[in-house]
Amino acid sequence: MKKGTIKQILLITDGCSNQGEDPAAVSALAKQQGISVNVIGVLDDDQSEQPEGLEEVEDISQAGGGVSRIVYARSLSQTVQLVTRQAMTQTLQGVVNKELQEILGAETSMEDLPPEKRGEVMEVVEDLSETSNLEILILVDTSASMNNKLETVKESLEDLSLSLNARSGKNKFSIYTFPGKKKPVTEVMPWTPNLLNISSVFPKLTSGGITPTGPALREALHHFNTRPRLEGWEPTNESLYEEYNY
Amino acid sequence: MKASMKSTITNLSPGVTIHGKWHQKVYRIVKRLGHGAIGVVYLAQCEGKYVALKISEQAASITTEVNVLKAFGKVQGANLGPSLLDVDDWAPSVNKQYSFYVMEYLHGVDLNTFLKSKGYEWLFILIIQLLDDLDHLHRAGWVFGDLKPENLIVTKKPIRLRWIDVGGTTIKGRAVKEYTEFYDRGYWGFGSRKADPKYDLFAVAMVIVQAYYPNRFDKGANPQKTLKSKISLHKELRKYAFCLHKAMEGSYASSKEMKQDLSKIILARQKQAEQTSTKKGLQHIQSKQTTSTNSHSTKWMESLGLVMVSAIVFMFFLLLSSF
Repeated sequence: MKKGTIKQILLITDGCSNQGEDPAAVSALAKQQGISVNVIGVLDDDQSEQPEGLEEVEDISQAGGGVSRIVYARSLSQTVQLVTRQAMTQTLQGVVNKELQEILGAETSMEDLPPEKRGEVMEVVEDLSETSNLEILILVDTSASMNNKLETVKESLEDLSLSLNARSGKNKFSIYTFPGKKKPVTEVMPWTPNLLNISSVFPKLTSGGITPTGPALREALHHFNTRPRLEGWEPTNESLYEEYNY
Repeated sequence: MKASMKSTITNLSPGVTIHGKWHQKVYRIVKRLGHGAIGVVYLAQCEGKYVALKISEQAASITTEVNVLKAFGKVQGANLGPSLLDVDDWAPSVNKQYSFYVMEYLHGVDLNTFLKSKGYEWLFILIIQLLDDLDHLHRAGWVFGDLKPENLIVTKKPIRLRWIDVGGTTIKGRAVKEYTEFYDRGYWGFGSRKADPKYDLFAVAMVIVQAYYPNRFDKGANPQKTLKSKISLHKELRKYAFCLHKAMEGSYASSKEMKQDLSKIILARQKQAEQTSTKKGLQHIQSKQTTSTNSHSTKWMESLGLVMVSAIVFMFFLLLSSF
């Protein structure tokens, strides 16, 4: 099987969207374009486990074919890593299931195989998860309430870069924050192979009560489409996972 | 997805039976043993025998762990991880299916509980066992990954350290699958998260450190400095600083090298302990001649101590001579 590129948006937020279109709808659109959307809802350490407004987190990720988690700020690093890896496995399993269906018939997925035969399928998934290229656009909610969590977000992104760069596949990261000043999002970091030492670019925050998650997601999609091609990034393979994704 | 898991497989009551869809075996839940990142482990009974059963909604993750356990089974001459007994699915209702695997039940207590009840002199004996197992594992092309006290239990007969969760076990050269921050080389800024033997040796050093700092500690502004100062501040850890630093910095190319260094320190310390307690014993007898206080019981205790120390030294010779 040829190597391909997995495209993901990672949305980090602490509240409910309150302006513009429904983020779940934009997320479904992203999925159609071969980009999965993962969402992490961040809680303050004194918040109860199921605060209002964060139900949206699951809706967005489900519509976007991704993974979601609601966590306390202190466990953000491990969660960011876990969610990203899980979503990769999920996408690749989709790819592999599609191949299985072509060989074994319409309704076959890995779960329909007897346990003895799943091992080899999983080896293929794991192998792809190690070697696939990954493009991940990180979208950080920087509305006022996120202010005291941004240092943690920064650390967790550096940590994510450390985890993903231990793989043999290539990575590209970019970071956007929302709400932007005049546009829905602000570019913090253009596409780059790692996120070490991002302290200098990480924002000292805008305040304001609005959380236009939907428009921000839509704008993020646009940045996948217009990003420049990098050398060594094989354009011929790029459509593979998009094509097989769903 | 998460919510539905909470209501069903994370809380199976004792007596619930799990019917394997493919192999038709029946498992009766006895109690919950613990949970990992992907599933829950139960003590269960099947055909009169106790087994450990790990169940999850994620068939993919279960399959990955089964692959690891199967690979362990093929490693000759070593007992790596619990043996795999069965892999199957359970469909409690038409639209719900869970995957599970069944392994040998290792009866024991976790490392920290064991040390508290049996004494910290056991720590390094157990660590040396662990380094032996890791050596086999590394030579078979694997890295354990998520090495931490929660994944290590001490079995009773014989007293032996065994690992129980292979969720983090990764093929050498790949990115480590699962890890826990405190034991992770990357978190402390001592290197990458690429699976190599040194990754595990770093975690071994951290397992030793946490035994003396059970509440653990934060990494602070300068993680490497924090670690080194924590080691030098503790009077027991300080004695092993040389070896711990080397493990953390990745200076040991193999588990064997770390074991050799550690054994040397232990042996030197045993000798020292023997000499000082003999000296103390003599002083004690002299002082007893001059004073007439009744210290019968303390003297008895001291000779008991002596016997114990020599027993430990003897055990070490046995242990070392077998390699």
